[in-house]
Amino acid sequence: MHELSLAIDMVAQLEKALSDDDSAIEQIHLLVGVISGVEIDSFKFAFPAAAHGTRAKDAELVIEQVPMVVKCRACGRETRPGKPAAICGKCASIDVEIISGREFVVKSMEVS
Amino acid sequence: MCEECGCTPKDHHHDHEHDHEKTTRTVNLEQSVLERNDQFAQANRQWLKERNITALNMISSPGSGKTTLLEKTLDALRHEIACAVIAGDQQTDNDARRLAGKGAPVSQIETRDACHLDAQRVGHILAETATPQTKLLFIENVGNLVCPAAFDLGEDIKVALLSVTEGEDKPLKYPTLFSLAPVVVVTKIDLMPYLDWDIEACRDAILKIRPDAKIIEVSAKNGRGMDAWIGYLKQLAAED
Repeated sequence: MHELSLAIDMVAQLEKALSDDDSAIEQIHLLVGVISGVEIDSFKFAFPAAAHGTRAKDAELVIEQVPMVVKCRACGRETRPGKPAAICGKCASIDVEIISGREFVVKSMEVS
Repeated sequence: MCEECGCTPKDHHHDHEHDHEKTTRTVNLEQSVLERNDQFAQANRQWLKERNITALNMISSPGSGKTTLLEKTLDALRHEIACAVIAGDQQTDNDARRLAGKGAPVSQIETRDACHLDAQRVGHILAETATPQTKLLFIENVGNLVCPAAFDLGEDIKVALLSVTEGEDKPLKYPTLFSLAPVVVVTKIDLMPYLDWDIEACRDAILKIRPDAKIIEVSAKNGRGMDAWIGYLKQLAAED
């Protein structure tokens, strides 16, 4: 359940980005990679407890899942391998760089 | 719907004195939620680098033999390489007590309700754990295959442990950790004769998730395979 500490950190981060005139956070846009280690359902479950008593308490979470994309150093292609192995989806080389899939990012928020 | 009179824009047939437009603004952040942890991790990494200390973040399920492996590791390296240990558990200092008296400074972090160590907690205790002689720092994470994988502590290497009493397919079930760990130590191999453990299936599972993983099979109890593990650690310490 590290999602709870992540939710607490996120709320603190968002509060910091608010100005004194902002009354509430309406919506939070998140990017969650499939290999980020963050379970989306657990995060959604933990969020209300983390947001309780803050200006994020009524915020809606809009979560976009990010697939794993690897760039192959052997054939140069970018592919989406099937979870969970990081291998080239074209030539099956193991010499790949993970381009995306690890992110856990707050993209933006709507505030009123 | 208008909160004051209940009308919707469609049946907007009467004049209002109040404003219907709720003004919202978008704040673009593009911030990693782990940013705060990552900043502390970076500070730890810098601190360790300045002192030529190589840090290993040891992660596994509870009961896979992290503490026993460390006990035997500290014994083996005692007169050769200065080690230090930070042990994390939800409660008790049992692990720190087991590892004490082996020539290496040992600190315990009790995480209480947290299921993982974070970089800030480790940072608080670094200076009091490592000595000017320390070459290798072992961070024994809380027994958990899931959560610790998400938190960079500032280590050089994540080491995953997998005991033969667990399933061979554990790397497939918990790919996040195994994809981040360049070294996997398969522990308790002395128990293999009593189990239907398929070492080849286990190696396949590890390599499927992390094709370049270094796999070291050990029994800390009878010493089999410990040479490979100790040899690897000596090589790490010599690299600085």
